[in-house]
Amino acid sequence: MIIEHIDAQLPGAVTDRHDFRGDQTIVIAKETFLPVVDLLHREGFQMLVDITAVDWPERPESQGIGRFDVVYHWLNLASQERLRVKVALADGEAMPTLATQFKTANWFEREVFDLFGIRFEGHPDMRRLLTWDDFQGHALRKDFPLDGGDVFCMEGCTAPYNNGERN
Amino acid sequence: MESIAMTRQMLDGDKMIVNMGPSHPTTHGTLRIVLELQGETIAKATPEMGYLHRGVEKLGESLSYQQFIPLTDRLNYCSAIMNNVGYACAVEKLLGIEIPKRAQQIRVLVSELARVADHIVCIGVNAVDIGAFTAFLYLFKQRETVYDLFEMAAGQRLHTSFTRIGGLFRDIPEGFVPATERFLVECTEAIDEMERLLTRNPIWHDRTKGIGVISAEDAVNWGYTGPCLRAAGVPQDLRKAQPYLGYETYDFDIPVGTTGDVFDRYLVRAEEMRQSLRIIRQVLDRLEPGPVNVDDPKIALPSKEKVYTRMESLIHHFKLIMHGMDMPVGEVYSATEAANGELGFYIVSDGGKNPYRIRVRPPCLPIFSSFEDQVKGGLIADAVAVLGAMNIIAGELDR
Repeated sequence: MIIEHIDAQLPGAVTDRHDFRGDQTIVIAKETFLPVVDLLHREGFQMLVDITAVDWPERPESQGIGRFDVVYHWLNLASQERLRVKVALADGEAMPTLATQFKTANWFEREVFDLFGIRFEGHPDMRRLLTWDDFQGHALRKDFPLDGGDVFCMEGCTAPYNNGERN
Repeated sequence: MESIAMTRQMLDGDKMIVNMGPSHPTTHGTLRIVLELQGETIAKATPEMGYLHRGVEKLGESLSYQQFIPLTDRLNYCSAIMNNVGYACAVEKLLGIEIPKRAQQIRVLVSELARVADHIVCIGVNAVDIGAFTAFLYLFKQRETVYDLFEMAAGQRLHTSFTRIGGLFRDIPEGFVPATERFLVECTEAIDEMERLLTRNPIWHDRTKGIGVISAEDAVNWGYTGPCLRAAGVPQDLRKAQPYLGYETYDFDIPVGTTGDVFDRYLVRAEEMRQSLRIIRQVLDRLEPGPVNVDDPKIALPSKEKVYTRMESLIHHFKLIMHGMDMPVGEVYSATEAANGELGFYIVSDGGKNPYRIRVRPPCLPIFSSFEDQVKGGLIADAVAVLGAMNIIAGELDR
């Protein structure tokens, strides 16, 4: 139902959709992301359940499809409707942050940045969340080795705390 | 002497930095909070996590769907069986199968036992952190009984790995139901005892009322789920709102608080334990005989007896172990109401033996992210109370 609303109010925003096992999914472009989020918020999708990403290194970037899918899950508490929003993103591209609108986005976006290396523009505190600041690479990228590679190489590392400020 | 004091004051602006954790008795696992104190008042609190990060999601990409089950034990290790159930439900949703009635009922039974155990840990330890030791002792006896029951059912107390894709590891043994009946009586008494010790205790009131207050809108905005959200006054419980495993057929209530403070969270948890016991009672009354695994050799392993005596079963066993299940291509998000809130699994399948991407949505990560907001301006002793009432489990938080 919500997808029809998005179609009516922002025609052309939804570039792809599917409904697998009852999970409504829409794919939108990065440019239309913030208007769609505003619309979702107005329509009662007030709970941002989860933010994550999926890495597809094989996907052809030449055809304009980025390497990453940033995946958002929303929940409408009144109607119990769920919606998955996916945005394709090229390596090095940044997503607009939702941390001001949804406080829960703050840490979820930090986690995505930590594990995938996707930056979020305008995020108040874009630091790693799970791994340490000197960690090399982004662990959930498909090209990151499963055994962790040479993560304990501490060459060039700075002390974790430097006058209370991290750098 | 005076000049030294002056210099110190000028240097750090009269603030004191205190590291709470990573190994502090109240952090329940390894997490750290860097507190900036002005006297006893918290000026800034910076939570630091990741000490227990094991890369569960990364590991999942190289393990088969069945092999991932033991890793789910280690998410919320206080109620491991609920993680097993949540994960199995997610894979079954991806496969599009429904499990037998008896398996559903047993899953509900063990989930509710785990919820009681988890709330016992949360309330008991929260009380200990604040200084009320006795309630903890009364409650932990019951937690021990729950783990004894798990040991009977799964052979393991903590890391149960009780579910399989399409059903259960095995049926509950003889003697499980009578033992659960005894537990129902004893646990109700223990909860009464606990409530007599805490609910009207003036010291408990002083320490918990008005601490960690959060409005319903803020709680939703922070992504709260579970008892913490319900304490703030939002009657959201996935067992009622989006029923799974036949929860819609059970009769139970959802307790809701008003202010969202530590006391309300305690009351909500206490009542949820009673409601869980109610559900367990209903499961025991209606437990029907039957198989506990789907009758599909491409999903559930055949019994050992058949593997040794029948050719087809041997082939199915070999195929299932070596090549895994035939997974459809697609993505699902499945959420269950775990003890801490919405435990979600987002699985992306490319049709292979292993999941292409497996994401665990931990309930306590969004809750913990609001920690600074909750304790800023409060006293350091209140931080301990808030942390305990949030029920942060580091294994689930860091994955």
